[in-house]
Amino acid sequence: MLILDHLWIILALPLAGAAINGLFGKNWPKSAINSVAIGSVSLAFLAVAELVREFSQLATNQIPWVKDYFTWMTAGVLRVDFSLQVDQLTIVMLLTVSFVGMLIHIYATGYMEHEGGYYRFFSYLNLFMFFMLTLVLAANIVVMFVGWEGVGLCSYLLIGFWFLKKSAADAGKKAFIVTRLGDFGFTVGILLLFWTFKSVNFGAIFAKVSENTIDVGVLTSICLLLFTGAIGKSAQLPLYVWLPDAMEGPTPVSALIHAATMVTAGVYMVARMNPLFSRAPIAMLAVAIVGAVTAFYAATIGLMQTDIKKVLAYSTVSQLGYMFLGCGVGAYAAGIFHLMTHAFFKGLLFLAAGSVIHAVGGEQDMRKMGGLRKKIPVTYWTMLAATLAIAGFPPFAGFFSKDEILASAFAGPYANTILYGIGLAGALLTAFYMFRLIFLTFFGEAHYDEHKVHVHESPKNMLVPLVILAILATVGGWFAAPKFWGGQDYFHNFLDPVFAASDKLTPALELSEEAAHTLELELSGVAVLIALIGFFVAWWFYIRKPGTAEKLAERMHGAYTLVLNKYYVDEIYLALIVRPLLWVSTNVLWHVVDEGIIDGTVNGTGRVAREAGGQLRELQSGNARSYATWVVIGAVGVTAVLLGVWGMVH
Amino acid sequence: MSVVPISYYLVLSAILFGLGVVAFVFKRNIITIFMAIELMLNAVNLAFVAFARAHNQLDGLVFVFFVIVVAAAEAAVGLAIVITLAQNRESLNVERVNLLKF
Repeated sequence: MLILDHLWIILALPLAGAAINGLFGKNWPKSAINSVAIGSVSLAFLAVAELVREFSQLATNQIPWVKDYFTWMTAGVLRVDFSLQVDQLTIVMLLTVSFVGMLIHIYATGYMEHEGGYYRFFSYLNLFMFFMLTLVLAANIVVMFVGWEGVGLCSYLLIGFWFLKKSAADAGKKAFIVTRLGDFGFTVGILLLFWTFKSVNFGAIFAKVSENTIDVGVLTSICLLLFTGAIGKSAQLPLYVWLPDAMEGPTPVSALIHAATMVTAGVYMVARMNPLFSRAPIAMLAVAIVGAVTAFYAATIGLMQTDIKKVLAYSTVSQLGYMFLGCGVGAYAAGIFHLMTHAFFKGLLFLAAGSVIHAVGGEQDMRKMGGLRKKIPVTYWTMLAATLAIAGFPPFAGFFSKDEILASAFAGPYANTILYGIGLAGALLTAFYMFRLIFLTFFGEAHYDEHKVHVHESPKNMLVPLVILAILATVGGWFAAPKFWGGQDYFHNFLDPVFAASDKLTPALELSEEAAHTLELELSGVAVLIALIGFFVAWWFYIRKPGTAEKLAERMHGAYTLVLNKYYVDEIYLALIVRPLLWVSTNVLWHVVDEGIIDGTVNGTGRVAREAGGQLRELQSGNARSYATWVVIGAVGVTAVLLGVWGMVH
Repeated sequence: MSVVPISYYLVLSAILFGLGVVAFVFKRNIITIFMAIELMLNAVNLAFVAFARAHNQLDGLVFVFFVIVVAAAEAAVGLAIVITLAQNRESLNVERVNLLKF
């Protein structure tokens, strides 16, 4: 029981790595920094693996396994312990985060090799791992919030890693400020949670909520406020705008933070709070609607983007929408499963995109690529595997997870045909824009200058993570393959203890086993058909008849311009929020309040003292007789006052 | 034998003090100013003695002794200053001693 008794080890390892590299690594050779950075996350992964082994030996009544370390703060009834817990959901998240994190660390040693600030990069990356693992391991919502804010900080630092570039520094700020909007709701949600339950510990909260004595309105408010935090963190409508800009960061950062782990924190939080959400149907509906609409909306923007990383960024926003759709229709396990497979295939897509960018010498515009299939075969094949996974072709990982979310939206306890339709339309667009990416990048003629750009496959330390993730993106879905696909559905059975109580709250659709199988088969058939259509349209547009897309764009000029400019959302935010805020800050807060009132008070005090002193010093004439006169006047004055006082008393 | 009332002494004291003040403020010769100070001190002494006699207490007399002692010391220091001044400025006019100012 080494790790179960010492859960802090999992957190201490990456934190130590961050501290060592950050404090001492400046003049170290890259090999030393690599061993510290990769060593610490690899050890953390091994610790998690050992934890899984020990966890499997625990009795059912020992789960969740909670460890209290120390009391962080007490004030009245508020008592916050630094405590960690392990249950099935934590295990899934820990494995995903530490494994994908480890692979991306390895990849980054190749990708960042020629960059300055090498030690700084890995220090931040390790720090991110520390906060992400804290978020996942937390046994109360305050410790979770520490991790939640910590990953936001690391996200900011890493987006702005090339901070001399203005766009990167701005993107970092934008990410930080926009997520802060959501975090405000999250903080209020925590306060309301504590106010209602008089505790911040998950165990105590879930025990109390299962008595069903809490008012549904209060629960709905709590859930909606917490979900606001998830909207910011997981880049959902209307706060998704920071994520596409976050692509200014180095590609491994995009893969780790803005695809595989941090942005999924919102989904994890919703799944973690499932006893609350399941008792607040309106909040569930809000989660599902936001998820489905975001899934479709972001996919439409992804259709037109020409920057390879921007396509993937909008794709991430869209896929996160699917996860929320899953949670919102009560299929938490499906949402978490999609989170895991998404970590594999989207992490892989970003890493492969990084490999492509590396190969063509830093170019990110897909229109300037093309025909790379033969030149970088490993990148091509791994990226194709990830594309098949995200588009939802069986037997790739994304097929099982996305299919399950859509099936739950169609026939689950909170089934909603409209949301199912939106999700399905999003799936069609997903298949289209992903194959568009593949065709533009790897097929057709080369659009880059072949004399200038020397296309080369990436080094081994970049390719190995690609291959491992490609294998996972291919077979990773089989853990959750339902019975009629010949699987055992290990994933659901494993997570069942976390979500079972919530599942029982709402009666599932009563279907005979045979009818359920038929329905499932039909839904899968529709999903695959949709993916095939997406593939075919992309093939028609970009391989069979290149130029079709341009013609269509000309014919539907208005719609095309609208989507190409991302529905002008950034411009609208700029006009409605940023500009007025800047105007008020500049013209009121700066020129009036700061310069006028605050500076005015300070300077005014000084001026009064100086002017008064200037006048008063004239009295110091150096003339003894004038001093004498003042003394006489003073004496007369004092005497007059004394006489006056004396007269008033008597 | 009729006793002179205290108000007579006090009025005399006030007149002497007022003369001293006027001389102090309007005279320019530093020795005259010096004498004006002595006049004011002694005007106060007269008031003290008058009060001591009227109240039949010794406190006022004690004060007077102190004032005389301080006045003697002051005369010693003051005359030394006057001599130094006369050597440096070759004048006894206080108007010309005004360098210590703003």
